[in-house]
Amino acid sequence: MRAYYGFKDGSGDWFICIDTDQCTACGACVEVCPAHALEVGENEYDPMSEALVAGVKDAMRKKIRYACAPCQPGYGEKPPPCVAVCEPGAISHSEAWRQLYGKK
Amino acid sequence: MIVAGIDLGGKNAHVVVLKDDEILAKGEATTGIQKAAAAETVYDETLKKAGLERTDVERMVATGSAGKRAAFADGVIPDAAADVRGVNRLFPSARTVIDVGAEEGRAIKVSPEGRVLDFAINEKCAAGAGTFVEAMARALEISVEEMATISLKSTKSIPMNAQCAVFGESEVVSLIHQKVAKQDIAKAVHDAIAGRIASVGRIVGLEQDVVVIGGMANNKGFIDALTKEIQIDVIVPADPAFIGALGAAVAAASGVLDEKVEATVVEQETVTEGEA
Amino acid sequence: MSEGATNEYWRWPESTWTNPDIDWKKGTLITAGVDVGSVSSQGVVVVDGELYSFGNTRTGYDSPDSARKSLTMALGKTDLTLDRIDYCIGTGYGRVNVPMAQRTITEIACHARGANFMYGPEVRTVMDMGGQDCKAINCDEKGKVLNFMMNDKCAAGTGRGMEVFADLIEVPVWEIGPRSFQIEKEPPMISSTCVVFAKSEVVGLLEEGVPENDIIAAYCAAMAHRIMELLNRLGVHEKFVITGGIAKNEGVVKRLEKELRIKTAETVWYRPEYKAYPFDTQIAGALGAALFAEAMVRKGKAQSVRKA
Repeated sequence: MRAYYGFKDGSGDWFICIDTDQCTACGACVEVCPAHALEVGENEYDPMSEALVAGVKDAMRKKIRYACAPCQPGYGEKPPPCVAVCEPGAISHSEAWRQLYGKK
Repeated sequence: MIVAGIDLGGKNAHVVVLKDDEILAKGEATTGIQKAAAAETVYDETLKKAGLERTDVERMVATGSAGKRAAFADGVIPDAAADVRGVNRLFPSARTVIDVGAEEGRAIKVSPEGRVLDFAINEKCAAGAGTFVEAMARALEISVEEMATISLKSTKSIPMNAQCAVFGESEVVSLIHQKVAKQDIAKAVHDAIAGRIASVGRIVGLEQDVVVIGGMANNKGFIDALTKEIQIDVIVPADPAFIGALGAAVAAASGVLDEKVEATVVEQETVTEGEA
Repeated sequence: MSEGATNEYWRWPESTWTNPDIDWKKGTLITAGVDVGSVSSQGVVVVDGELYSFGNTRTGYDSPDSARKSLTMALGKTDLTLDRIDYCIGTGYGRVNVPMAQRTITEIACHARGANFMYGPEVRTVMDMGGQDCKAINCDEKGKVLNFMMNDKCAAGTGRGMEVFADLIEVPVWEIGPRSFQIEKEPPMISSTCVVFAKSEVVGLLEEGVPENDIIAAYCAAMAHRIMELLNRLGVHEKFVITGGIAKNEGVVKRLEKELRIKTAETVWYRPEYKAYPFDTQIAGALGAALFAEAMVRKGKAQSVRKA
């Protein structure tokens, strides 16, 4: 299941996407995030499942655009820390980052 | 040589009349829906203050989101170009300009020569500009000035969850119902917008000196919150809302009627399919 | 927005209903779901997996109070009491504030489950617009979430966006849909994304003398466009259904169908025996919550808390 955390407004799409089928709940992304936006917990969207997955903290969900901004300049040159550290490649960011803040 | 600049923004218009290096007159007005007509009026009234008429003005340059509506202007330049000229005139040491108006918030990276190197802007969302603060003041049933004053008295940090001017209003109302002190709510409001503006600033890098202009720079609560957020003592010029118009006048004096701003960071409306 | 305002143009009317064909005393497993939204709250009672009753009320300033009120309304015309309920799940915007709930579940999961029950197992995409959010959900035949996207940060494309507009032009939300079609030609949509800026745009149009119905059409079109963008981001698959208050606004629904080139499902119960029962799209969340409660107790994932 692909969980998109974030929002879309007139300036673009600001989403972090976590693929819960790929996520192993290793917690690496939680550790490296400078904004402390991530956490590992129950899969909220599948109440009948017991598996743990990574997700964006409730309080941070609406602030993704601003929380993630410091990791974004330079997007395209190197991925943000959470994406870089995720082995199964379960986490990704929406294109708006690249289009808006990717230099060159 | 007498020149003039007009900054026709989303809500307000500012006019500066310049002779050599001296400001002869300043004028401002709320433009309402009929921006073109309002521009004519405020321009003429400002000239009258200086005892001048339109024919006395050698060149007139407009800027602002509605700059093109100033029919009497000889040229129109982008906001960022006007901002940096105005700031550079007053503070040649400026390397970052933060301009927050009623409807737009922008951060500009400035070269030592006073040219735009880069900029980032929020212009689609009221929560990143002065409209947000006005809406929250309305919800608190006090003036923007009063809200700024009482915010400085607060010692608490209540986070605002809403990232939207519309939702923020509801949140403020419910905080009032929860008997949260108005000064603490006021501080939360200023912290919220300072946080957003700071993020826009970080995109271009907050190299000092950082100068804050635009109507919001008048707001002590905002400046206090911003200073604490970015941990930099920002410079706020007198009459910060006029700096755009000043910059347009400076451009007029230099004979600049048109300018393309080279920025690698530009806001876009639509984006293509994202990653899954 | 003052609660005491005499004009409530922007709230759908309250309602309550009890199933005449069920006697709860003969039921084995009675569960409840409470969905506290930013604008409306619903309480739903399910008896052995069948819809028993619901209450749909306006959310006040106090979330726990609204939660209680919606459930009381659902129980109101029956002699069922809270202590006879096996399990209660809270959901929605104020879900942390549902005092009688044993646990909470996100509204995304609940809306998918509720839509599956209401519209049937062919449902693959659910769009729910509540007071302060808009969600697009893809689900499987059991109503399990496959992926989703939600906007709850920006008022544009949420119920609140429509409320602000209805309040501004002083037209009740239930008239917006019909009036948006009383026009000669479809006007261009309102261009500002932001509700605050759109409001100024509308004021400008009113001052220019543009007919009100045209402005209503332009606003509905803009809202449909926002929703379409969110949905296309996710990918829409038929059977496509809409839940929440917006489903009752044909001005937006019809324009959305046109933009997507997909028809939304008819707002009728999937189960033929439910045909005569009222179909209130706003109860989907609470219904899903009550159904989860039923499944959890039945499968032993949760313990019944029935006291009497």
